[in-house]
Amino acid sequence: MDMCLGVPAKVLEIRGEKALVDFGGVTREAFITLLDDVKIGDYVMIHTGYAIEKLKPEEAEEILKMLEEVNKS
Amino acid sequence: MYEGVMATELQDVVELAHGAGGVAMGKLIKEVILPLIDRRKVDGGIGLDELDDGATIPLSDGNLVVSTDGHTVDPIFFPGGDIGRLAIAGTVNDVLMMGADPIAVACSMIVEEGFPISDLKRVIQSISDTCNEAEVALIAGDTKVMPKGRLDKIVLATTGIGIVKGKVISDSGIQVGDKIILTGTVGDHGIALLAAREGISFETRLESDVAPLNETIKAALSVGGITAMKDPTRGGLAAALNEWAKKKGVGIWIREEDIPIREEVVAASEMLGIDPLEVTCEGKAIIAVRPEKAEEVLKKVRATKYGRKASIIGEVREERPRYVIMETVVGGKRIIEEPYGEPIPRVC
Amino acid sequence: MFAGQPLAPRHEQTISRFGLRSLLPEEVEVIAGPGCPVCVTPTVALDRAVELALRGVIVTAFGDLMMVPATRMSLLEAKARGGDVRVVYSVSDAVEVARRNPDREVVFVSVGFETTAPTTASELLRGVPENFSVMCYHRLIPPAMELLLGIGDIHIDGFICPGHVAAIIGVKAFRIFAEAYKMPTTIAGFEPNDVLLAILMLLRQLRDGEAMCENEYSRVVREEGNLKAQQFIDEVYDIATADWRGIGRIPQSGLTLKKEFEDFDAEKRYEFTSMKHVDINPGCNCHLVMIGKIYPPECRLFGKVCTPQKPYGPCMVSSEGTCRIYYKYGERPKL
Repeated sequence: MDMCLGVPAKVLEIRGEKALVDFGGVTREAFITLLDDVKIGDYVMIHTGYAIEKLKPEEAEEILKMLEEVNKS
Repeated sequence: MYEGVMATELQDVVELAHGAGGVAMGKLIKEVILPLIDRRKVDGGIGLDELDDGATIPLSDGNLVVSTDGHTVDPIFFPGGDIGRLAIAGTVNDVLMMGADPIAVACSMIVEEGFPISDLKRVIQSISDTCNEAEVALIAGDTKVMPKGRLDKIVLATTGIGIVKGKVISDSGIQVGDKIILTGTVGDHGIALLAAREGISFETRLESDVAPLNETIKAALSVGGITAMKDPTRGGLAAALNEWAKKKGVGIWIREEDIPIREEVVAASEMLGIDPLEVTCEGKAIIAVRPEKAEEVLKKVRATKYGRKASIIGEVREERPRYVIMETVVGGKRIIEEPYGEPIPRVC
Repeated sequence: MFAGQPLAPRHEQTISRFGLRSLLPEEVEVIAGPGCPVCVTPTVALDRAVELALRGVIVTAFGDLMMVPATRMSLLEAKARGGDVRVVYSVSDAVEVARRNPDREVVFVSVGFETTAPTTASELLRGVPENFSVMCYHRLIPPAMELLLGIGDIHIDGFICPGHVAAIIGVKAFRIFAEAYKMPTTIAGFEPNDVLLAILMLLRQLRDGEAMCENEYSRVVREEGNLKAQQFIDEVYDIATADWRGIGRIPQSGLTLKKEFEDFDAEKRYEFTSMKHVDINPGCNCHLVMIGKIYPPECRLFGKVCTPQKPYGPCMVSSEGTCRIYYKYGERPKL
């Protein structure tokens, strides 16, 4: 079963109100005006060219654990 | 009809969708164009009705294959190619799909007043380089110029000619049990162009894969057992597979996991909300082959320059005639619809 | 029999793209809800955008709106008749078109829910060129959900709420449906695992007779949501009663531009010929389909007058609309 939990965009560069983000082989500028203190290396969820939230990797682990348990049961 | 609802009935103008290789184009051809043409084939040959990649003219020993194509692309120079390479490769590939050896092409050029001669030279040089690569001669041509603003830079129309000594390979040859080989990754060309288009700009290392497939097709034919071939272009893999399924009334079952697709095409399609199976392809072919020959054809195709990433993506079955069904990466099944027009980027 | 209602088209897209319905047991049904901004945008917005395009204004909009039937013609049909209609991926791209064409008027048809509303707000706050204006037709999800529940006798046993709307307004905005309406509720992401897990969460709640608001998309959605985005919305828009195509008027369910941004409101900047805007074509039952009251085949026009090639109602246009899914798969796909 494919355990992928989405490919959010990774912040490569900060350019003022924008950031260069990588969607996995495709890069594009996205606005970060809707977020505070976006740093290089952060994962952000992009919607219509805007970063709308930062991804919390530790939460992703929890969901993956839940899926493991589902697959086992 | 319902009062006040004439909008959807205003079908009396040509729309972009009518040229996009999908349902809309099919309707325009079947309902508007074909009914007006009386003489649609040379007796004994494949003609307009079959709507195949090319037509045939029976000769004393073998068949002459003829294919014609129009080429408009924006921008005309793009990563991995240009309108010149696109025109020659496209026409040569259509001739190859009929199992023919391409021998010559003719090319008519319509150019906008004010188009730089230096750009014209680049296009002509590219036409010549691609002819050399495909080992075909450019034997006839024409040039017209339209007033500035009345044409977008340049339009090419090409005709390809080839000879088939043995059996002509046409869409009608496909049979239940055939395996379907895709000679390479889908969507590269379409996404590479979208990257350059205004309003949806994103950067990618992706290049167009436009190329003549002489070597790849020759390798496949050398093994034998090939029943049908088609080069997906506008409308992508979805349009090409649906054409086979609907023409022969067979079910085509494919597996998403086996479809070769580049990471950049997946990422860009996800970002733009479009289905990579509908994105324009170039320099690719789908080959239907008898099951016992499939592995050998695959090996031979993978040994060619443009066939490195070839893969068996599915097979032809009796179940669900006229449908294309895909088993998705998570095991679910989904009907692959024939695209209506050009895939339009969506956000929700 | 469990009928879950995903309220975001991206959920429906995931469900249809990965063929999840064919994986679900017979008793589990997933009905696309009124969450697709394309389907619910009233035709007055499209008719006015078409009129502007045909008058030489550059009209920019998301691709989703292009084929939606309006009273006279869709934006795509207006484009075929000489209208300057351009697809954009983001409102910032539309502003860019305005900057690059200073001698032309440029309008952006701004639709969508709490996820896209702050992006237009951000552009207006950052400052836009004089020749740029917005047709503001943003809608809010929770009021529509409350209306759904108020209708009664709908076959919905649980909600799958849109992850990206929740990313903006937070889990807190959806708690009311579990607590006050006793409706099992989950907030889900858009990967196949997210949707399958959300359905599992709802089934477990039903099995245990509970009604909770569970956050499956915890890697993105917080309890409070994105406070900065919410602040942008409060600064630029007022909340007002709004029309939803196919559903009707819902109190406090739409966003309109505040007075200070009046100069950038296209509907105040331009005059429009008055005409009868046909939201629901006679005989169309999309509004009943959208709230799960009837299934597409129960609509007289389904598959005859109304097909994907000639969509008659909004539910047939978007590839996530329930009617389009039923037309494509012919009822539930027995694949």
